[in-house]
Amino acid sequence: MSRETVLSVRNLDKVFRAGGLFRAAADTRAVADVSFDLHAGETLAIVGESGSGKSTTARLAMRLLDPSSGRVFWKGEDVTGLNARALRPKRSHIQMVFQDPFASLNPRMKIWHTVAEGLRVHRPELSRAARRDRVAETLRLCGLDESAMDRYPHQFSGGQRQRIGIARALIVEPQVLVLDEPVSALDVSVQAQILNLLKDIQQQRGLSYLFISHDLSVVRHVADRISVMFGGHVVEQGRAADVFSAPRHPYTEALLEARPIAHPAARMDSRPPKGADEGLARSGCSFRPRCVYARDACTGFDNRLRDDVVACLYPLPAEPSARD
Amino acid sequence: MRHTAAMLEIRDLSLAVSIQGRPVEAVSSVSLQLRPGRVLGLVGESGCGKSLTAQAVLRLGEYQGVARTQGDILLDGESIFAMSDETLRRMRGGRVAMVFQEPMTALNPVFTIGSQLGEVIRLHLGLSRRAAMERAAGLLSGVGLQDAGSLLGQYPDALSGGMRQRVLIAMAMAADPDYIIADEPTTALDVSVQKRIIALLRGLQRDRNLGLMLVTHDFGLVAEMCDDVAVMYAGQIVEAGPVGEIFDRPAHPYTQALMACRPEISRPGEALPVIPGQVPAPGQWPQGCRFAPRCGRAGPDCRAAAIAEYAWRDGAHLARCLHVAEEA
Ligand SMILES: Nc1ncnc2c1ncn2[C@@H]1O[C@H](COP(=O)(O)OP(=O)(O)OP(=O)(O)O)[C@@H](O)[C@H]1O
Ligand SMILES: Nc1ncnc2c1ncn2[C@@H]1O[C@H](COP(=O)(O)OP(=O)(O)OP(=O)(O)O)[C@@H](O)[C@H]1O
Ligand SMILES: [Mg+2]
Ligand SMILES: [Mg+2]
Repeated sequence: MSRETVLSVRNLDKVFRAGGLFRAAADTRAVADVSFDLHAGETLAIVGESGSGKSTTARLAMRLLDPSSGRVFWKGEDVTGLNARALRPKRSHIQMVFQDPFASLNPRMKIWHTVAEGLRVHRPELSRAARRDRVAETLRLCGLDESAMDRYPHQFSGGQRQRIGIARALIVEPQVLVLDEPVSALDVSVQAQILNLLKDIQQQRGLSYLFISHDLSVVRHVADRISVMFGGHVVEQGRAADVFSAPRHPYTEALLEARPIAHPAARMDSRPPKGADEGLARSGCSFRPRCVYARDACTGFDNRLRDDVVACLYPLPAEPSARD
Repeated sequence: MRHTAAMLEIRDLSLAVSIQGRPVEAVSSVSLQLRPGRVLGLVGESGCGKSLTAQAVLRLGEYQGVARTQGDILLDGESIFAMSDETLRRMRGGRVAMVFQEPMTALNPVFTIGSQLGEVIRLHLGLSRRAAMERAAGLLSGVGLQDAGSLLGQYPDALSGGMRQRVLIAMAMAADPDYIIADEPTTALDVSVQKRIIALLRGLQRDRNLGLMLVTHDFGLVAEMCDDVAVMYAGQIVEAGPVGEIFDRPAHPYTQALMACRPEISRPGEALPVIPGQVPAPGQWPQGCRFAPRCGRAGPDCRAAAIAEYAWRDGAHLARCLHVAEEA
């Protein structure tokens, strides 16, 4: 397979310095040595628990945040050193849907202006009327009618605001879309409409998605490949079908086993699974305190991927049949 | 007539929003009852009026141009619309707390987590600064946030989406409320953190007799937590009943369609099932059954006039659908 690489990141690190009042607090290494390639026309999903560094990775890839170290390439070009001004004309290549729609919409701007903003920058030749038409059409694709155009963000529901964020990113027809929990606020039906829409557009235009989600039932539907993050590191990566059928990292296995129930009859006194979210170790394998397979040697582990597949000294077997 | 049973009751409530300066009905004659120790789920597609209904309980919509045009909301028999500003202020976050759908609508970016959480605690419980901080740290650990001590000194910006959502849940619990209105409280949380939150809320429900209204699109959460479920469509309650009934014998075609769209019951690679069309916006509701334009079973009768509620099982299960009434 020699498809074009539209986005790649190499050895990204992001350390947030503990500031202000609590000087004694430790710095946060939110992203640690993360690398991946995104090819034309594919969907790479990033999954992982809350605080594992998914959004930070997305913002680094978008060049909205400077990495502490590592490099970012858009269509093969190293854009790590470029400033905001130099990046601006290149942003039509890569757009983002933010996790928090409310915080990412300007409260004083009418929706149509917000959605048309990218067009003004990247398609300056379009007339106002043409821009309005494009906005109306894109909003319609996202399940919002024309009456939305002249209203303000606070006049919408949460799920509607999330769809406005998707429309704003789609309208400039980027080659890469970074989607940070893009359907988390949507009910099952509207969620399915949006996921089907994303799939259609991908097939028509060969769009690539970096798709961040904690919802595995959604990821299972959209992802070609998966990177699993834990404590800032990618701990496992591979083809989606393989990761779902035979997870290699104990964390991935735990993630897949934690399923929501499908019927009230399955209700138990559901206490969180043992060690589910009990923090991480500061040295050695960071998953060690919660790992049911941990051994002595794990205290000296460097958390690096082995053979580009799994960051574990004792990975689970690649063949599901070799289990138990 | 004055009810005095302990309960939070929404009675025949209609709300209007302001669109281009004109009032437009967005919630129609909604009635819901939330009793202490019970969990009531409110579900329905995006834009149905769930958050407007939820926010009305604390009279919060009024700041966004939302007006009550009919009905009442009673807290243990007392109308919240008759409350003085001071009573209302003490009720909000005190007896009745809210978890907002979008955390940044409720968190102030220029204050630390500790000062925002501490303020709620001190206002309602009258604790000292130091005791308030201790309670705040305990609440944060309770929702599964590590390193609660240093989190208190952070600004909301430095938190991930799921961390902010958990801060909001902690804040809602801060003053030991009798009722919590939680609007999509776990959308940013993975299943294992969700299970922790579920266990925590169940504990409060059992030990402190908390009444919880849960607005959610997550049927897994409904299955885990709810005793009763109300389904909303285009500003109306179209079906309501005990959770087991809603899962096993959904009566309204809309509820049936929603249940059929769950992604866990479809296969990877295939297009996901959807309910064709979309929820009409306020002001664009059809006359007759509001779901009729999207309903496979709709006939001329459905489109003729507004549909009344039909109740069965001694009033425990109700639906707004002619077919349900006919077949019963
Ligand atoms: N601006 C910041 N300053 C300080 N710390 C930050 C900042 N942004 C993120 N962090 C920290 O980095 C870590 C990773 O955050 P990130 O938002 O990437 O998580 P996430 O995987 O997207 O989680 P979620 O699923 O909850 O959204 C968290 O511990 C967070 O507190
Ligand atoms: N302040 C407002 N002014 C005008 N219209 C509003 C206002 N708030 C909500 N609306 C409209 O009222 C309808 C119901 O909104 P609401 O926020 O209650 O939906 P919801 O059921 O919570 O949806 P979601 O699941 O997307 O959060 C939507 O069509 C929305 O656009
Ligand atoms: Mg995030
Ligand atoms: Mg809502």
